[in-house]
Amino acid sequence: MTDLSYSPASSGSSATKIALRWGLYIMLGLFALFYLMPLFVMVTTSFKSLEEIRTGDLISLPREVTLDAWRTAWSGACTGIQCEGVRPFFWNSVLIAIPAVMISTLIGALNGYVVAQWRFKGANLFFALMLFGCFIPFQVVLLPMARMLGLMGLAGTIPGLIFVHVIYGLGFTTLFFRNYYVSIPAELTKAAKVDGAGFFRIFWSIFLPLSLPIIVVTVIWQFTQIWNDFLFGISFSQAGTQPVTVALNNIVNSTTGVKAYNVDMAAAIIAALPTLFVYVVAGKYFVRGLTAGSVKG
Amino acid sequence: MTKWLEENTPKLVLAPSFVAVLIFVYGFIAWTAWVSLTRSRLLPKYEIDGFIQYDRLFASPRWDTAFGNLFVFGFLFIVIAMVLGLILAILLDQNIRTEGAIRTIYLYPMALSMIVTGTAWKWILNPGLGLEATVRGWGFETFTFDWLVNPDMAIYTIVIAAIWQSSGFVMALFLAGLRSVDQEIIKAAQVDGIPTWRVYTAIIIPSMAPIFLSAFIVLSHLAIKSFDLVIALTGGGPGYATDLPATYMYAMAFSRGDIGQAASSAMIMMMVVFAIIVPYLYSELRSKDD
Amino acid sequence: MAPILEINNLFKNYGPVEILKDINVAIEQGDFLVLVGPSGCGKSTLLNCIAGLEPITSGKMAIGGQDMTNVSPKDRDIAMVFQSYALYPTMTVAKNITFGMKVRGIDQAVQDQKLAHVAQQLQIEPLLNRKPGQLSGGQRQRVAMGRALVRDPKLFLFDEPLSNLDAKLRVEMRTEIKALHQRLGASMVYVTHDQIEAMTLATKIVVMKGGVIQQIGTPAEIYNRPANLFVADFMGSPAMNLIPAKAKANGAGMQIEIAREKGDPIVLTDTRNQDLPENVILGVRPEDIADAAIGRGGDTQEADCIIDIVEPAGADTFAVMQLGGKHVTARLHAETTAAAGTAQRLAFDLGKVSYFAPETGLRLN
Repeated sequence: MTDLSYSPASSGSSATKIALRWGLYIMLGLFALFYLMPLFVMVTTSFKSLEEIRTGDLISLPREVTLDAWRTAWSGACTGIQCEGVRPFFWNSVLIAIPAVMISTLIGALNGYVVAQWRFKGANLFFALMLFGCFIPFQVVLLPMARMLGLMGLAGTIPGLIFVHVIYGLGFTTLFFRNYYVSIPAELTKAAKVDGAGFFRIFWSIFLPLSLPIIVVTVIWQFTQIWNDFLFGISFSQAGTQPVTVALNNIVNSTTGVKAYNVDMAAAIIAALPTLFVYVVAGKYFVRGLTAGSVKG
Repeated sequence: MTKWLEENTPKLVLAPSFVAVLIFVYGFIAWTAWVSLTRSRLLPKYEIDGFIQYDRLFASPRWDTAFGNLFVFGFLFIVIAMVLGLILAILLDQNIRTEGAIRTIYLYPMALSMIVTGTAWKWILNPGLGLEATVRGWGFETFTFDWLVNPDMAIYTIVIAAIWQSSGFVMALFLAGLRSVDQEIIKAAQVDGIPTWRVYTAIIIPSMAPIFLSAFIVLSHLAIKSFDLVIALTGGGPGYATDLPATYMYAMAFSRGDIGQAASSAMIMMMVVFAIIVPYLYSELRSKDD
Repeated sequence: MAPILEINNLFKNYGPVEILKDINVAIEQGDFLVLVGPSGCGKSTLLNCIAGLEPITSGKMAIGGQDMTNVSPKDRDIAMVFQSYALYPTMTVAKNITFGMKVRGIDQAVQDQKLAHVAQQLQIEPLLNRKPGQLSGGQRQRVAMGRALVRDPKLFLFDEPLSNLDAKLRVEMRTEIKALHQRLGASMVYVTHDQIEAMTLATKIVVMKGGVIQQIGTPAEIYNRPANLFVADFMGSPAMNLIPAKAKANGAGMQIEIAREKGDPIVLTDTRNQDLPENVILGVRPEDIADAAIGRGGDTQEADCIIDIVEPAGADTFAVMQLGGKHVTARLHAETTAAAGTAQRLAFDLGKVSYFAPETGLRLN
């Protein structure tokens, strides 16, 4: 910690010090309000009736708490012609995210293990190629991928979306595991080789048990990325296989009927809940993934 | 045979990913680059016909707006998010007792989908019932805040929402940077009687240059890829006042059926990304070799 | 009987860089071979080649009479102790030791029995259920040894196993390794950069520099008859004095003349060596320069020398003087009367000196 608060340099009367301290906390509090305000507005709006929204103001608490908007958002709101709420799409997202996270994490772990511990000619080239892939704007692969999914018979399907998320998640998962495994001394692998263990045995018995922290980081990172994805979802899905982000956007932008802001907000919160939950439960790992994915990449 | 298998297992394990990256990243880039040089419309054609798509692109007023918006949005977003992130990090670095909770609050938007962020801000910023109506309801009858529907100002609402989403993350980066500065140097400066603000401006902040670079790279990358937020917040409107290259590309590819334009605009996006990333990766990899 | 380890014409390149050049070594059953040299000399690479962890570029290697050149580490019947110990962090001590047997599918009862035996031998029974993270450096070292011992291999390989320990523990473990070697009669190859470790442990030493073997021999041979200036300088502490001198034939032997900044040159007469060239480098171990008054016998020749610095070190006192343009150290008896700035009569033992050619650095006698 950059502990400058008791520095001999910041001499001054204790009164100014206390005033400074108060100022500091007030600033921090105001910023906290700035970040919390949209969430607060979303939550309160979602519990209001449309009538109250039209007459009340943005930041007042609901006079009468109603769950109607939540019910509609979950199972009745219209996404285009379909009016089943976000529920089916929520499950689509689950069906896409879980296998995609598991597969990309597993492959990333194996790739990282090879690149970090079984160096061979060309392994670094491979890693550089992968790393580079993390940075491309996905727009550049949208058109050929749409055709490729068509050729593979996966166009507009959930397995197709899983496939896309695995392919374009590999760069990051490989990066995470490689950076983690590279700090494990090579002598460990050597010792295991002398002990008679082979490639997979060493991975399974020695590296995997060491990997829990990086698995958590990778899983959280991948889950957040895939759950929050919109570009692939809207490009490669069709009615019935859309992920929840696409459904949310359709609800919000549907032009039929009265604009139901409370339903929009409830749907938005539902779409945000899984990643928010992960963030609250495992924020430390979430931040570690963010910084690892950016600083190192 | 077993011997061969034993020696080549690592390569075999890597092979599928290698092939996948070659095809789905580099092959696809090549495909897009190729198609961007053809007269493809609804269906791809493969006869190269020079830079006609790029000529069309730069003659299009809609692309003009989108490309210009990228720089307005990118510049404001990056600069404000970095300044705000740095201020927050320094404020939080003063032995704040509730630091953990405050950090959690500042950073949570990063866990949200841009679509959720867009939806929330769209509601807050809508003039009819949102912030404008609320402030008017407090008695400020003439208060106007109609940026969302004002073609000249709508792009700034995207800047606001994007900063709200990402500045906490920049703060986390900077905070980690502040904490990694050599404490002995700071102590030495304090013993020398250097005031706190000078310690920051003269010692700590300059030593965080690599973090500024990282933050810049990440933010510019986010800015170029920005798509979801625009779709959810403004839909590119009013008109196409808030189009960005990403939304332009999408519109060409999936609603206008103009594959040539989609491919050429995607290539321009990639070149912008590369112009930023390549020097960075190059310097990173070189410094690691030393 | 075939040598337990035999290396013929081994070369190792990393791309265009030659790491090991034409290595030829053989040891017999029960030998303790130490590979010693400064960092970057290729000694650890050579050990990794012996283990099969690094492929060799050309040459042949046999362990126990069987060609092992292209055999993978697990089939070489070796065990290895690493510098960082390389204990598996998530396994208990017991699992660490038995992992190799488990991988090889050895019967559980045999595993248990061998584990118990090794644990008792190394006195690590109380540690068996702990994880490596809960052990001290010395304990980790023992566990690493246990992991090697339990395998009962043809050949033990040690890669600087003591360099991470503090000085006191290092000496203790050194003694213990030596005792272990004597008790087991096992064959060992040991890498170190510490020439004292090499001298105390080895039955045979290989001194390396720049990927080339400089000398192979018993500790006594290496110490007393270094093959070149590098070995002379590297082995022994304080290092051998290497003094430029002029040699002249003089009837019965050679007259060796050492120039001094002040005063007449020192002239010594060597009756054992003939036919030295005019310019030589005279190598004298510090302990072969003694107080003339206290005397130690041998083939000594005396001269008065001005002492520059006196460094008492308990059992010995080191006296430093200027001879032939070099600092020369003498290891004197603790009760010497030598004092800085005064002249002292010193006796040079010519029976043990070495001569080197200044141009090639090679030994002349």
